[in-house]
Amino acid sequence: MRPQGRRVTDSPTGRIEITDLGIAFGVDGRMVEAVQRFTLMTTPGEFVALLGPSGCGKTTVLNVVAGFVPPTAGSVVVDGEVVTRPGADRGMVFQQHSLFPWKTVLGNVEFGLKMRGVRKKERTSQAHAYLSLVGLTGFEHAYPGELSGGMQQRVGIARALVNRPHVLLMDEPFGALDAQTRLTMQELLLGVWREVRTTVLFVTHDIDEALFLADRVAVMTARPGQIRDLVTVKLARPRAAEVIATPEFMALKARVFAQVREESARALGPRP
Amino acid sequence: MATASKAGTTPLAGVLAAGAEAPALPRPAGWRRPALRVLSIGLFFAAWHVATTWDLDFYVRFQNIPGPEQVLEEAVALFSSSSFYVHILASLERIWLGFAIATALGVGLGLLIGWFPFAEDILFPPIELLRPIPAVAWVPLSIMLWPTERSSIVFITSLGAFFPIVLNTIHGVEGIDRQLVRAATSLGAGRAAIFREVVIPGALPSIVTGLSVGMGVSWLCLISAEMISGQFGVGYFTWVAYGIVKYSQIVVGMLVIGVLGMLSSAFIRLIGVRCMPWLARR
Repeated sequence: MRPQGRRVTDSPTGRIEITDLGIAFGVDGRMVEAVQRFTLMTTPGEFVALLGPSGCGKTTVLNVVAGFVPPTAGSVVVDGEVVTRPGADRGMVFQQHSLFPWKTVLGNVEFGLKMRGVRKKERTSQAHAYLSLVGLTGFEHAYPGELSGGMQQRVGIARALVNRPHVLLMDEPFGALDAQTRLTMQELLLGVWREVRTTVLFVTHDIDEALFLADRVAVMTARPGQIRDLVTVKLARPRAAEVIATPEFMALKARVFAQVREESARALGPRP
Repeated sequence: MATASKAGTTPLAGVLAAGAEAPALPRPAGWRRPALRVLSIGLFFAAWHVATTWDLDFYVRFQNIPGPEQVLEEAVALFSSSSFYVHILASLERIWLGFAIATALGVGLGLLIGWFPFAEDILFPPIELLRPIPAVAWVPLSIMLWPTERSSIVFITSLGAFFPIVLNTIHGVEGIDRQLVRAATSLGAGRAAIFREVVIPGALPSIVTGLSVGMGVSWLCLISAEMISGQFGVGYFTWVAYGIVKYSQIVVGMLVIGVLGMLSSAFIRLIGVRCMPWLARR
């Protein structure tokens, strides 16, 4: 069963326009600029990775697109609508522990449909389709606490996709997984994305992950975060894990690595 | 994910998880632990028997204390007369009513206070003010407030259970992982849906803890209130037995209170397991 997702042939949705975004937080009574003059446009169906040192504000940008955090300057527009609050058109996959522990796997995946008032029978059949897409058929009645970290993230992906969002926002979704599981999950995500062609905004601090997954990688500066470089990844799809050993990949990695290293050093401040 | 992720790191869960991977440790055979427990009860009664038949006197004096055989004899006599059941039923009715009222009010108010700052500001201060007053201190006022003895004892019972229930409910709501609320809103949940689908189930483990504690306190309050102002009930029965020098009846009354308290705690635990299958299964 293949979910009725947003295919390449569907009318294109998922255009994100982030313009001159600025986000400031009050910390200990003074304002700290997390993100400054951040501008990024995506085309519908594109996979964009936000890459940067920790604390550079990449997750904050994602939270603004999700509608969790209001911007202090600039705007975020998704498919022509200014983002002011969270909504089901923008699905979110969190780093970890975001499934409802009191709901079964099926209950978690059905949640978005339930919120839209879809009937139980229809909910279940759609949820089953997305669970099979992420390879979790047979685990419908397990509780999140009974699943491994990788399986929980797969439920999280199915739960976001069942709403057929225009945009899938992923906040270091594989960051808490072990290296082996992470690789499997990256391949799984690319497989899912081939079926459900939604725009993906993917936050990570892992260079290999960004280059392996994305069409474009936005390398961010240290705080206040801005885009330092936009790297187009022209590696052929479908990509297999072996691609990371090719000279093209190595060349891209060398370019990005130098920049991330510089920004990480800046984030730590001047050396004594 | 306040509940599951934290529950996953409790020592017990850790031990269970480690046990699943580590080679099986040698464990006592299946019958040994139950047998030890039966033996423990047996030893308790044996010690009681010895203390009373030898009239032990080492600061604590056992001369007037009935032994287990006299208590058993008295219990058989009491349970074959209908008047004793009247006392038990009176107590059970008061506990059930008082606890039900406390649960409805405590959980309801606790959810509101925990989730809505306005409700917290408008409702919480008087609760904080009245909370330190032991329910027994309410007995005189309660007799004046309520028209019947039954209603005043139910009030005391309810009051005792209310505070632990409302406080644990508030605590449970405040401990809800904000990320789960975010997840729900990004899946299209509105305010009512968040309250129903996230706040209530998220607070449930704490609510059940509150109910357990509340059940214990409401027995304490019930028995105290019955001893002071009752005309029926196990507490009244036990107190009167002392007055009319029926010492075996005191002990029967105490044991009945113990057994009923134990059964009601087990009932709450059962409800907890039923309401929270996600915790029971791990």
